[in-house]
Amino acid sequence: MMKSDLDRRDFLKLAGCGGVVFAAGLASPAYLAAAGRDFHFVQMTDTHWGFAGAPNPEARTTLPRAVAAVNALGRQPEFIMFTGDLTHTTDDPKERRRRMAEFKDIVKELRVKELRFIPGEHDASLDAGEAFKEFFGRTYYTFDHAGIHFIALDNVSDPGAKIGRAQLDWLAADLAQQSKDQPIIVLAHRPLFDLYPDWDWATADGAAALDLLMPYRHVTVFYGHIHQEHHHTTGHIAHHAATSLIFPQPAPGSQPKRTPPVAWNPAAPFKGLGFRDIANGPAPDQPAIREVPLA
Amino acid sequence: MLGRQAIAAVVALATAAAGALTPARAAPEPAVIRISAKKFEYTPAKIVLKKGVPVVLELTAIDRIHGFKMPALGIRSDVLPDQTVRVPLTPDKPGTFVFACDVFCGDGHEDMDGTIVVEE
Repeated sequence: MMKSDLDRRDFLKLAGCGGVVFAAGLASPAYLAAAGRDFHFVQMTDTHWGFAGAPNPEARTTLPRAVAAVNALGRQPEFIMFTGDLTHTTDDPKERRRRMAEFKDIVKELRVKELRFIPGEHDASLDAGEAFKEFFGRTYYTFDHAGIHFIALDNVSDPGAKIGRAQLDWLAADLAQQSKDQPIIVLAHRPLFDLYPDWDWATADGAAALDLLMPYRHVTVFYGHIHQEHHHTTGHIAHHAATSLIFPQPAPGSQPKRTPPVAWNPAAPFKGLGFRDIANGPAPDQPAIREVPLA
Repeated sequence: MLGRQAIAAVVALATAAAGALTPARAAPEPAVIRISAKKFEYTPAKIVLKKGVPVVLELTAIDRIHGFKMPALGIRSDVLPDQTVRVPLTPDKPGTFVFACDVFCGDGHEDMDGTIVVEE
C-alpha cells in the first residue's frame, strides 16, 4: 500500500508504532479540546508553480502528482490549507497572474473543495500581495472549524518579512475575543521564531506575534518556507514546518549558505517532497501529524 | 570680581577648547569599505577585515531596495537606491561570516549574499 493511500484507521495504528506519524508530544495540546470527533485537514506548501530548473526537473508534474495523492487519501480531509509560495516569483505582473491562474486550475482538481490560502514571499513580496488578493482573497484572516480557532497570518507581503503594526493590532484584537483555553492553530508562511537568522529563516517581528499568543495555553503553528520538516517549541507553543512540493532545502546550518537546494536525485525522484495530514490525535494531548511523502 | 569656582570653570572651558582644537593624537579615521547591492549580488562579495580594527561599511543600492543582514556581527540595515548607509563595525571575533539580502527582491534573492572574513 502506498503511504498516500493510508486511511484514518491505518493512520491511528501508525501513531501507536511511531511510523511516519509525529505524535506531537512535544507540542501544546492544541486540538484536543476540539472536536470530540475525528477531524483532519491537509497542509500543502511551497508548490512554486512556474519554477523551472535542475533542483526539480519534474516541476510541471509535481503539483498535479500531489493533487492526485491527496485525492487518493482513504478519508478526505475536511479542508486543505496552502501555506504560501503557491507560485514561483517573477518580475512580470502578467506572468505572475498567469502562474496563479494555472495553479488555481490545477488545485481545482482536488476532491476537497474547501481550500484556503496564504501567500509566501514568492507570491506577494514584489507587489505587496496585489495579485494574490485578486486570485485568492485576503492575505490574513481567521476562521473556526471543529472547535478550533484558526489564525492565518501574512508575514510576506512586506518584502522585509514583517507582519506589521496593523496586522499585529488586528491579531491582538482577535485574541482578546478568545478564552485562554481556546485551541488555536496559527498558519504562516515563514517561521515566526528565529529558526536560522543567517539564512533569514525568521520573521522580523515574529517575536511580537508570539508575545501576543503566549498567554493562550493551546497554540500550535504550522508553516512552510524552509522546504523541510522541522519541529520546534518556543515556550509552550509548538512550531511545525512542512516539506515542500518543489525541492528540499538543506538543513539549517548544514552548508555555508542557504543555496544551493538539495540536488534532485534521479534514482529517487520526488524524494523529500510531500504534504502533511493533521488530525486530532488518539488522546486529548496528542495531536497527530502525518507526513505524506510524494516519493 | 570672579570667585574661585568661576575661575576654575573658565580654566576648564579654556582647556577643553584647546583640547578640541589640537589636531594631533586623534585616532585614525576608520577605513571605509564601499559595498554596492543590485539584483542579485553585492560588490564586493568577499571582504577581509582584521579583528579589533574599526571600519565603516558604506552600503548603497543600485537598482532597488535591498537588505544587508549579518546576525553574527549584529548588523541589519536596509540598503536604499541613491543613498549611502554608513555602518560602523569593529569585528570582535575571527571567522567567516555570511551576510545576505533580507528584503525579497526577486528570482535570485536567495543567492544574494556575501562573506566577511575576520582575521586575527
